[in-house]
Order: sequence, then C-alpha cells, then structure tokens
Amino acid sequence: MTGRERADRRRALVYIAPTVLALGVLTVYPGIWVLWLSLQRRIPIFEVSRFAGFENYAFLAVDARFWSAGKTTAVFTLGSVALEIALGVAVALAINTQRRGRRLALSLLLLAWAMPAVVAAKLFEWLYHPSAGLVNVLLGWPINWLGDPAVALPAVIFADVWRTMPFVAVLCYARLLAIPADVYEAAQVDGAGRFATLTRITLPLLGRILLLAILFRSLDALRAFDIMFVLTGGGPAGTTETLTVYAYRALFQTLQLGFGSAVSVVVFVLVMTVAWAYLRLLRAGAVTA
Amino acid sequence: MSPRARTLADLAVVLALAAYAIPFFWQLLTSFKPEAELLRVPPLLPSRLTLSHYTAVITQSVMPQALVNSLGIATLTTLVSLLAGVPAAYAVARLPLPGKRFLLLAIVASTAFPQIATVSPLYLLMRTLELRDTWTGLVLVHASFALPLTIWLLAGFVREIPIEAEEAASVDGAGPVAMFRWVIVPLLAPGLASTALLTFLFSWNEFLFAYTFTVSEASRTIPVALALFPGVFEVPWGDIAAASMLASLPPVVIVIALQRFLVRGLVAGAVKE
Repeated sequence: MTGRERADRRRALVYIAPTVLALGVLTVYPGIWVLWLSLQRRIPIFEVSRFAGFENYAFLAVDARFWSAGKTTAVFTLGSVALEIALGVAVALAINTQRRGRRLALSLLLLAWAMPAVVAAKLFEWLYHPSAGLVNVLLGWPINWLGDPAVALPAVIFADVWRTMPFVAVLCYARLLAIPADVYEAAQVDGAGRFATLTRITLPLLGRILLLAILFRSLDALRAFDIMFVLTGGGPAGTTETLTVYAYRALFQTLQLGFGSAVSVVVFVLVMTVAWAYLRLLRAGAVTA
Repeated sequence: MSPRARTLADLAVVLALAAYAIPFFWQLLTSFKPEAELLRVPPLLPSRLTLSHYTAVITQSVMPQALVNSLGIATLTTLVSLLAGVPAAYAVARLPLPGKRFLLLAIVASTAFPQIATVSPLYLLMRTLELRDTWTGLVLVHASFALPLTIWLLAGFVREIPIEAEEAASVDGAGPVAMFRWVIVPLLAPGLASTALLTFLFSWNEFLFAYTFTVSEASRTIPVALALFPGVFEVPWGDIAAASMLASLPPVVIVIALQRFLVRGLVAGAVKE
C-alpha cells in the first residue's frame, strides 16, 4: 500500500465516521434493543418489567386481533399498490401524449405526493364527511365512508392511492421521456399497431422502473401509518387496523412496551423479507433486461 | 396516433387533473367558507368568502408555533444530514473504504427500515437523554433516518462529477477542505439541491416520530398539530382546512418553483439502485 492509498483510506474513514456513529446510535442500536424489548413483559404504568422469553410471540400466534391486522395490512398493501401501478402507468402514458399542460399536470400530481400525509388524511376526512362531504354530495347517497366497517378500508385505500399514485406516474413519465423517438418510428415502419407498440415496446421498457416502483410502494404500504391513524385510528371495529397501527397502539396507547415491540419486530421482518425478495427478483431480471 | 386514441388520452388526462384539482380546490374553498355554511351543502359554493378561519388559526391555535417548529426542525435536519452525508457519499463514491460492499448493503437496507421498528427503543432513549419534546431530539432522529437516502442520492451525484476536475485541483495543491469548498460542492450543487429538497420534505411531513417524541407545543411539528387539532363541540372543519393550507405551503412552493430538482431527486433515488 502506498502512502497515498493509506492517506485515502484514512480520509475515507474520517468522512464516514459521523454517519456510522449516527446510524449506529439511532438505527442499529435501537434495532437490536427492540429485539430485546420484544422478549420482555414491560408495562411501565404497573411497574411490570421482567424477562418473558418468547411469551409475546407465542401470544401473537393465537391473537385474533394480530391476524386481523395482518390481513388488513395485506389487503391494504395489495389493493393500494395494484391500483397505484395501474393508474400511475395510465396517467403517465396519457400525459406523455399531451403537447400542452404537462407541467400543470405534473405540478398537481406532485403536490398530492409532496404534502404531509396528515394533510391528505384531513382532506379526505372532510371529503368523506357523511352529510357535507363532497363525495356524498356528488353521489347523492349518504354513505358513512369512515364509520361503516364494510367500506372503511376501501375508503382508506382510495385516499392512499390518491396520495401516492403520483410517485408511480412521475417515475414512469420520466422513463417514457427517456425512450428515444426513433424506437417508435422503427416500430411504425415495421407496421406495429398501437396495441403492439404498447405491449411489445413501451411496457417492456417500463418494466424495470415498474418493478422498482412496486418495490418502493410495497415497502411504504406495508409500513403505512399516518393515513389510517389520522383518518380512522384503525376503526371502525378494527377494520382498518394494520400491523403498524396495532403495534403503535400497543406501545403508546395501552403502554405494553414489550408486546408492542414484538408486533414491531414482525413488521420489521415482514418489510425486510419483502425487500430482500424483490431485490433478488430485480437482480435476476437485470440479466435479461 | 389515431383520433380515437388521442381522445381517450385527453379524457384520461382531464379526469386525472380533475381528481387532483377538485379536492385541492374544495379544501381551499372550505378554508374561506363562513362557518354557518360549512355543513349546509348544497349549494356547493359559499354566499361569501371569509378570512375568519385563518384569523382563528393564526391567533388562537398552536399552528403558528408549529410552523416555526417545523421550519426549524426540517431546516436543521436538512443541514445536519447534508453535513454528514456529503463526506460520506464522497467516501462511498470515490475513496477506498474497508467493507464498502457491506456498508452499501446496510445503507440500502436501512432505506427500507420501518419507523415502527425502532420507535419504542428510541422513545426510551429520548427519555433517558431528556431529548423528548426538544428540537434537538427530533432533528437527530430525522437526520439519522434520512441519512441513508441522502448518501445514496449524493453518491450517485458525486459519481457524475468528472474525476479530471478533482485531479486538476489536486495537482494545483488543493487540500481536502479546499477541494470540497471549490470543486466538489459547486459541481454537486444541483444534486445537493435535489437531495436537500427530499430531506426537507421528509422531515416536514414526518408524523410517527414527531407524534411520539413531542409532548407540548414547544416542539410539536405541523403534521402533529394538525392531527391533534382541537374542537370544542364540533370538528372545526373550516379551521382545519385553513391549517392544512398553511401546512402545505412549503411543499407547494417546492413543487411549483423547484420542480426540476424535485423530479431529478425522485427519479435518481429510484433509478440508481
């Protein structure tokens, strides 16, 4: 190793040190601590604090509320991501055909994505108002969107799709802009119809960015919290309570630090498993794309 | 493109625009509607417009203090994560680093980290360090949470800097500090702007940590104040709409004035993985 290389290595360590310290103290350490907490029975208000082994996890296995939250998380994630991808691609394709108004369209979309989820939740709470909400006024039908267990989850999913579809649309739109025009001209020369152009050229070229969009959106949907916490608080009758909301309520509303941590660990494992599976898929796809 | 396909595309765009413009407009309209007309629809349009909700929010609620808190916390978060992130990104992109592969993997993995996973230990940590309900506590948590994405984005932007620029400066005898000050940071400026915007927005919008670690108006941020917006007998929809408008101001400014940088950051974050 030359003196220059040694100096560069030393410099690199100095540059990375604040990051390693910050992530070590505020991400890695809590990440290990939460595992330890999840093995305890800890209810501060009753001054209960003892090691419990896998009791919390054993209870989860038979906890109906946990399985219901798991199902809600799955339905929310699948529903919201599927709709976002379908609508996002459609909107991106449609905007791409326009000559004017692209900037206005992008601004409106980005605004919904860029504002706080809490603002979107408040906006939808008012739109869904049983008597004075715009949705019911336009429908002419008084539906209690957030209070009726049959429609609350779809209503929350719709609000989330509204808020995050723009992310998918903007990503796809940026990819569409990067497709050179001569690709389409060549397709036209070869006599490809509109449908063939869409399915054989455009969508395959969007493939990779769509996989990434699905990855990001699934991870976000799995850990989503703000939108349902503010819109419904997990109700009515627990129909919109996802695992994250359940974990939060156990931790900070019923103050069971150990049990709540166990639910958090489940969310953590779930998110990481999905991330890992997707990354493998992407890597496999990278060879063919 | 055939006329029918064109009509279809136009229709889709108009529908999409309506789906976004109408809720925004409705909330804006609500924030100017007289209290008595809020729950009396139809008619959809108010008989007159009033500023009373804004006056109420500004003079009687905690929103002004929350705005100050959010501006301060989001700005400091951005500064801290850039100060730590720029050198780290440079090291990742340009310098030989032991265990670089592992470090990169850790960075990617931590962008997927769910906040709920660390909120309970962080709560205990904040309590022990007496950082609950302080700007410092929230800035530290937000900055560390934003760091992985910051580094990821910046490393990509650093790689785009021509290495010749650095070599030339190095030949001219520039030390590390001069190199950052005169070569890297100026060439990195657009990338820095994109990254800063995304970090600022993250901190401005963040709810779970802010809701958990704040207790009083000393540190409550805008989303928390909005979520906890008090009503005496009825939900004050007009006041909430006015408060929502105030909470959306920085995002609106960023989307309208700095859209180029925002989109660049957004796309870079996705494409470079």
